[in-house]
Amino acid sequence: MKAYLNRRYLFSASHRLHNDTMSAEENRRTYGKCNNPHGHGHNYVLEVTVSGQVDPRTGMVCNLVELDGFVRSQVLERFDHQNLNLVKEFTEIVPTTENLCIVIYDILRRGFPQAHLEKVRIEETMKNSFEYGRIL
Amino acid sequence: MVYLTRKAEFAASHYYHNPEFSAEENLRIFGKCNNPNGHGHNYTLEVTVKGNVDPQSGFVVDLKELKDILDREVLDAMDHRFLNKEVPEFFTQIPTTENLAIVIWQRLAPKLNKAQLHRVRVYEMPDLFADFYGEA
Repeated sequence: MKAYLNRRYLFSASHRLHNDTMSAEENRRTYGKCNNPHGHGHNYVLEVTVSGQVDPRTGMVCNLVELDGFVRSQVLERFDHQNLNLVKEFTEIVPTTENLCIVIYDILRRGFPQAHLEKVRIEETMKNSFEYGRIL
Repeated sequence: MVYLTRKAEFAASHYYHNPEFSAEENLRIFGKCNNPNGHGHNYTLEVTVKGNVDPQSGFVVDLKELKDILDREVLDAMDHRFLNKEVPEFFTQIPTTENLAIVIWQRLAPKLNKAQLHRVRVYEMPDLFADFYGEA
């Protein structure tokens, strides 16, 4: 039977929302406080959902130790306590949480074949959350 | 169609072990969860039902009825129990969070008449939860 496994992780990072192709005035209008040149930070909550047939021998969709290990080495170590604007994934794109969802989804989709990736959800603050993938 | 979610909490102990695996394999696959003396969690159960709103009552489902079914089928059987030893489904299946969601679905689905079961979500911890939608 097909079940969905959801796992939540925490990381902290800073960012500045700014697009070089727009004027200073446009940037300020579009991004408001988030355009502050010195940046600002968030405690992000990352929620990963994977699915698959529950293996009758283990009772699991996938081994949680493997998922945790992958997320730790490929996602958390890359972004935790970093300035997202300086991380190579965001040299060409603005580090909004929408884009962060897509970047993390692609890292998982490419590198973690042990279970089917359904979605990535990120809480930027307690009031804002973003999801990318298949939303049920 | 309107969706209604009811939460319940229960505390139970469990351990993961497959008698077909060697002692080393069990330890390698299940890690700390393999301790035969068991360990416990405060589980949170979220049951989502869906249906059309009854024009007379304004309800999708009578919440009192749903609560009674949850108490009888899930909480009486699992709250303050050792799942491997006291819940018959787990005499032969490993009581992982995925299997708990499936077993709870199987217990609830035949008891609901007006509303249709949409999702069973079981939180083992605030950062680990499994969903089952009745998919094969």
